[in-house]
Parts: sequence; C-alpha cells; structure tokens
Amino acid sequence: MSITKAISFTLNGQATRIEVPVDMDALTMIRDVLKLTGTKLGCGEGECGACTILVDGTAVNSCLMFAVDCDGRELTTIEGLATPAGRSVLQRAFVEHGAVQCGFCTPGLVMQGTYLLRQNPGLTVADIRRGIEGNLCRCTGYQKVIEAIAAAVHEIEKGDRA
Amino acid sequence: MARVEHYAAPRGLKEAARRAAERPATVLAGGTDLMPQIRSGKRALAPSLVNLRRIAVLRGIRRDGDGVRLGALTTVTEILGHPLLRQRAAVLVEAADHFASVQLRNMATVGGNLCNASPAGDLIIPLLVLGARLELVSWTGTELATRELPLEDFFVGPGTTRLGPGEILAAIRFPLPPPDFVARFRKFGTRPALDISVVSVGIGGRRRNGTLEQVRVAFGAVAPVPLCGRRTAAAIDGHPLGPDTTAAAVSAAAAEIRPISDVRASAWYRTELIQILTARLLRDVHHEGH
Ligand SMILES: Cc1cc2nc3c(=O)[nH]c(=O)nc-3n(C[C@H](O)[C@H](O)[C@H](O)COP(=O)(O)OP(=O)(O)OC[C@H]3O[C@@H](n4cnc5c(N)ncnc54)[C@H](O)[C@@H]3O)c2cc1C
Ligand code: FES
Ligand code: FES
Repeated sequence: MSITKAISFTLNGQATRIEVPVDMDALTMIRDVLKLTGTKLGCGEGECGACTILVDGTAVNSCLMFAVDCDGRELTTIEGLATPAGRSVLQRAFVEHGAVQCGFCTPGLVMQGTYLLRQNPGLTVADIRRGIEGNLCRCTGYQKVIEAIAAAVHEIEKGDRA
Repeated sequence: MARVEHYAAPRGLKEAARRAAERPATVLAGGTDLMPQIRSGKRALAPSLVNLRRIAVLRGIRRDGDGVRLGALTTVTEILGHPLLRQRAAVLVEAADHFASVQLRNMATVGGNLCNASPAGDLIIPLLVLGARLELVSWTGTELATRELPLEDFFVGPGTTRLGPGEILAAIRFPLPPPDFVARFRKFGTRPALDISVVSVGIGGRRRNGTLEQVRVAFGAVAPVPLCGRRTAAAIDGHPLGPDTTAAAVSAAAAEIRPISDVRASAWYRTELIQILTARLLRDVHHEGH
C-alpha cells in the first residue's frame, strides 16, 4: 500500500476531511470511503461518463482523477443537486420525460447535463448532443435524455436555476 | 501496484522540480493518461508522486513577445475557448475540438499530451505545424535550470521523450502565425467522440498567389513518434495548389510514413487514409477564403 494523505474539501456543500491513499482515484474515495454510491463505476477508464462529478463547477470523470487532487476543492455529486425545495430542474425533467430506464448512466448524465446548462443556459439540441458524447447509455437511445435536457433549457428560460 | 512513499502538491515550480529531482518521481497533471496506465499495470508509479496542479505559473495562455505561450497545465477546454487561438491558431483549436469528450477535455492538459508521447497524441500534430518549442525546467541541486527544445526533437519512441530524470515541461511556445497563414488538422477515428486517432494529419503554410510557402506537415499514428512530413512539405512548398501538387504531396506522404498494423488499423489502411486526408486538407487549404 502507498502512503496516505489527509485532505479536506467541500463535498455537496459540507466540509469534509479524510485520509486517502495517494494512488486512490476520486471515484473509489466517493463510493467506497465516503459511501456516496450515487456516482457509478462503469468502465473505470474515462469512456462512459457514469462517474461524472463537478469539481470547482467543472465536469470531470472521477474515475480518472486522483483522490488527493480533491484537496482544497469543491465537489458536487448527484447527491448534492437537490435543494431543500426539491429536485433540480434537470432531475425533474429526466423523470417527466422518461429519460431513465435502468438508471445506471443517469447520475452521470444528470451531472453532465447540469454542467452544460450552467455553462450555457441557451443550449441547442446540437450542443446537447455534442455535450453528452462522453456519456454512454445502453437503454434509452439518448432521445429522451436529449428531450429532458432541452426541456430544462425551457424551464431555465422561464426563470428556474440549473 | 507500486508503493508511493512521498507525495507533494507544491505551489511553486522550483519546489516541484526539487521534489522531482530528489528521488525517482512520477509527475501528475490531469491524470487522464496516468490513471488508466497505472490501473492496467502498463506502468508503475515511482516512489515519489509530484502533483503539478497547484502551480499557478504552469497555467494560462498568453501573448509572449511575437509568440504565444501555453502553460503546460493548459487544458484542452481552455484551448478550445481561447479567442486569440481561435483567431490566429485555429489548427490547434480544431484538434482540441476533436479531442475525447467534454469531461476529458476539462481534465487533459497539453503538457500531459506531449509528455505521454503517444504517436497518436492529437495536440502534438498542430503544435508541430505551428513550429512549437518547449521550455523544460529541472533542479540542478542549487537552482532551477531552463532549456529549450524544438517540439520535433522531443520524441524518442512511443511513450519516451528527451525529458531528463526529474525534468518538467513548463511551457510550450510558438510564433503567432502571420495573417496569411492557413492550416488544417484532420483526425480519422471510427466515431467522432472518444476515439484515439487511427491516423491524423496537419498541414500549414503561408498563402501566396495560389501557393503555400514555409509549409509544415505533421502526421500522427503512422510512425513510432509523431512525424514531421518534410518531404511532403517540400512537395507542396511554392508549387501551385491544385491536382498536380496534391498528387506529388500524396505520394511523398505515402513514401515517408512508417505505419504499423495494430488493433486500430492495418498498415495498408493507414497508408490509404493518410493519402486521402492529405489530399482533402490540401483541397480545404486551397479553397479557404475563396
Ligand atoms: C477515454 C480517453 C480518451 C482520450 N482521448 C484522447 C484523444 O482524443 N486525443 C488525445 O490526444 N489523447 C486522448 N487521450 C489521452 C489523454 O487524455 C491525453 O494524452 C492528455 O492530454 C494527457 O494529459 P494529462 O494532463 O491528463 O496527463 P497525465 O496523465 O497527468 O500525464 C501524462 C504523462 O505525462 C507526464 N507529464 C504530464 N505533465 C507533465 C509535465 N508538465 N512535465 C513533465 N511530465 C509531465 C506524466 O508524468 C505522465 O507520464 C484520452 C484518454 C482517455 C482516458
Ligand atoms: S467509470 Fe469513469 S468514465 Fe466510465
Ligand atoms: S438508462 Fe440504462 S444505461 Fe442509460
């Protein structure tokens, strides 16, 4: 085993301090150490996007990130999207548009969709298609996912927050 | 998995170079090559891990005299969104646009792409076309030493470079191309996203009266290292753009590449693709602005 290192960061708004082996990936830290299992392990090599989280507001593949590199940063996982007022616009849109089948890709797609909406609230369907290129879904055929993200664009235009 | 005994995430470049010189070290940038290589056992971490990500001087894209300086930690996303690059070095932006996925582009750095030294590294090809030079730093025991190296001399073989032990790539510089410079990059893969290049080609030069001058050509994934296509460039340089020059360039390209057969493509297929892409790029360059 490699040495461990104490790191601290904000996870879904909460200050978090833990020790991690320096060669551990962030996904393993989130799922196995912090027990937040919403973020999924699909491929473990950057191909499927099931492990997508936001780090300082930027979407990344947590399976490729070194856990020690989370030190001092702000992490958001699928568990952190809902507010006291309820699910986020995009979470509601996924439900309303039937964009979930087995659900395995869903946390990653919702995180990626959230990132895309925050970067550019006026996303076009073409932007959505390109923006989710790094997320694989074996069930939905993507159409309902794209519809859900496009519906969230409309809700945001009407004044909701991503 | 190897045992890592030391870890540091310094804020200063000097401290990082000192740490990397002290004992055998692995340098970490975005981790997108490193993590899969470690996990698959293709590569072991050294006893010391030096994380570069907190070193502010390694970040950012800026004007530097009559050139451009990309800090080694510049991400592919930062390249993609940069107004000066979009305007004056679009060939690099083109390669950034065809790179992996949004999430990968947010993590992957230009320094990591060069230092990983894959013959298929997508940012390498446009940077060769732009005539890039590297700024390499190392700790001498008492101070930080800097040396410069042309990018085309950097690669030794797949995964190996002229980086000395403990040496760190600090920045990439290239002269800002003049307004009459045109360049194109094309990569071929089996799907548009998340695909390692089967082959890639970059061609650039200055447009003068229907010809290209000061031409640079680079080929990816058709030799043990990213290849400068000198003979192909010579076949184009100063000759009227059109079918005859294209034919000469295409046959020069086929003669100077050294492709292998692997899981992605056979050598024969790679040679076909290089010829087709070279012809298409020349056509694009010819018609650009008309
Ligand atoms: C799913 C997937 C898709 C990909 N798609 C593409 C693609 O389309 N095109 C492409 O070109 N690549 C692709 N890659 C490869 C990879 O993302 C790139 O090569 C990336 O640019 C590497 O940068 P990094 O910062 O993540 O490097 P790291 O993994 O941090 O480092 C890579 C290597 O360089 C060394 N290193 C990094 N920075 C420095 C420095 N400043 N000084 C000295 N040494 C350094 C490291 O020690 C390591 O050996 C893909 C990878 C994955 C996992
Ligand atoms: S698990 Fe990270 S991309 Fe597939
Ligand atoms: S809903 Fe099953 S993989 Fe996407």
